[in-house]
Amino acid sequence: MKGNEAIAHAAIRSGCDGYFGYPITPQSEVMETLMEIEPWKTTGMVVLQAESEVASINMVYGGAGCGKRVMTSSSSPGISLMQEGISYIACAELPCVIVNVMRGGPGLGTIQPSQADYFQSVKGGGHGDYRLITLAPNSVQEMADHTSLAFDLAFKYRTPVLLLADGAIGQMMEKVTLPPARPRRTEEEIRKECPWATLGKRHGQKGNVITSLALLAEEMEAQNLKLQAKYAEISTNEIRVEKYMCDDADYVVVAFGLCARICKNAVETARANGQKVGLLRPITLWPFPTEEIRGLAERTKGMLVVELSSGQMVEDVRLAANGKVDVQFYGRLGGIVPSPQEVTDALHKLMNH
Amino acid sequence: MAKFKGTVVVNVERCKGCELCVAACPSGVLGMSHHANTKGYNYAQMINEDACIGCASCGYVCPDGCLTIYKQKYE
Amino acid sequence: MNNEIAKPENLVYTKTPVLNDVPMHYCPGCSHGVVHKLIAEVIDEMGIQETAIGIAPVGCAVFAYKYIEIDWQQAAHGRAPALATAIKRLMPNKTVFTYQGDGDLAAIGTAETIHACNRGENIAIIFINNGIYGMTGGQMAPTTLEGMKTSTCPYGRNPEINGYPLNITKLVAELEGTRYVTRQAVHTVAAVRKAKKAIRKAFEYSMEGKGTSFVEIVSTCNSGWKLSPVQSNKWMEENMFKAYPLGDFKDR
Repeated sequence: MKGNEAIAHAAIRSGCDGYFGYPITPQSEVMETLMEIEPWKTTGMVVLQAESEVASINMVYGGAGCGKRVMTSSSSPGISLMQEGISYIACAELPCVIVNVMRGGPGLGTIQPSQADYFQSVKGGGHGDYRLITLAPNSVQEMADHTSLAFDLAFKYRTPVLLLADGAIGQMMEKVTLPPARPRRTEEEIRKECPWATLGKRHGQKGNVITSLALLAEEMEAQNLKLQAKYAEISTNEIRVEKYMCDDADYVVVAFGLCARICKNAVETARANGQKVGLLRPITLWPFPTEEIRGLAERTKGMLVVELSSGQMVEDVRLAANGKVDVQFYGRLGGIVPSPQEVTDALHKLMNH
Repeated sequence: MAKFKGTVVVNVERCKGCELCVAACPSGVLGMSHHANTKGYNYAQMINEDACIGCASCGYVCPDGCLTIYKQKYE
Repeated sequence: MNNEIAKPENLVYTKTPVLNDVPMHYCPGCSHGVVHKLIAEVIDEMGIQETAIGIAPVGCAVFAYKYIEIDWQQAAHGRAPALATAIKRLMPNKTVFTYQGDGDLAAIGTAETIHACNRGENIAIIFINNGIYGMTGGQMAPTTLEGMKTSTCPYGRNPEINGYPLNITKLVAELEGTRYVTRQAVHTVAAVRKAKKAIRKAFEYSMEGKGTSFVEIVSTCNSGWKLSPVQSNKWMEENMFKAYPLGDFKDR
């Protein structure tokens, strides 16, 4: 099935309570698939086409505030519209899943795949000091697996989780094993797991309040420090990375998502030619695998970062490498996808530098 | 004929002295104190107790829920 | 105070405990206080304190959640109907209502308001219309009257520059999704009683699954209007009610 369809199927099987979205290419199949399956007839999951991405993300806020497993999906321009809501969700510490199937920008841009929303995703696209756990699937299988994982991480840390894919992963068709089906939780189960949720006031207790407002600077600083402590814990526990032929590598290519698939091809070509090249694929873009890259930087001769952008993740790779190794960049912009040969050429340039 | 006598208990600290109760009272029972509460507001008080019929008009229009009204029937 | 009369068996009226003891931050005489009190009374009388979920707006009523003792969510500016939509759809057995001012509901949140009403979400929308932005210091609202002075139309609202006052309640009454649309006020005892009935009806209707209930309360903002609370009520009757006449638009 298509990557976008895998997200829909995986969401239902993850015990998702509600999906709220607005159509935009190249991810409309997520809602289309849900509307075709009609999960409200089986699991009771709510699926609603909202009037805008602004409404969608605020529906997610409302649902997440009730401790429900809720999600939305969109593509780059729509995700930009959601940034206000995402900032509120992060501050109010609401668990939810947001899917961005990236397309080329800026502006209305193109519907072709891109990775140019990296900064927006990992540096905080909305206002204020917050982070999003950002998962970068590179296959249809991972679209399904990461949907399930995203819900788990969101509830483990009471934080929004972003699934950052691109138009190619969303549209490509591959075989997939769907995650095991989990039932939706009952209200009592949610009350136990999320005592903060607004499911109706408990007898003899004060009402729960979901808010991101703290007018006193001291209170707002305390909330920020709480968030930062949580982000530190996530950074310790949740870094995910795939390493391919890195153990003896002289040169390492760093790429995520679709680019990692292209680069793997180039790495295999290099290996066939006797060149010791490896691939490091960050699966979590935030938290970023800084230590893994630092380790490789200390014992390799060069790194090449390949992205579908003008070079965004490369800044984090350079920060991690901290000048210990030459970090070069190759990227295509605005929806163009590089061929394996272009990566091979960029690798030759690095090796001959 | 049955007659009603009422009384108004003012939560002095909650009162903000807006005077809406004074305007709403049909019997001229309420007025403002010359004293201020701890927040600095002159609060509502009964200035003509005998006129109160316990109609609770003051209570209905009070924005801060400061007023408790009682009434008793006299034959 | 007459101690002879002030006995529990003679109690006629007192603050409902659903409106808690936290002093409200509103200016003296503000209509918000009356409407908060009415909502709390309705929740108390309907026995829904443990099943009601309120959505607070951005604006003066942002802290509504501090005063009415139920579960609350505080929404981004204008987005309360989106939150309420999701909450009600995920939990149809709860009484879900939004509490919004004119800037929140009729300017920045117009799309959310219109579409929630048009979808016929089974929620109650309580709309406070005082024709001005109170929280930010008295700027022009979408509902500011023609000629009315605010800090961003200091010479009076001029339609050529500022456009016309938005009668959003009339607009939502046109939508198929709304079941009950009414405009009330809380300036007199009779008005307060009627407004409370309207709020109760809206809450009851929201549990019957037949569409959106929308209750506008034409309100005063004496700080913004630069009048005393008593003068504000008079000014409201003489001016606001001309543009925003009270009564039911729809009840089916």
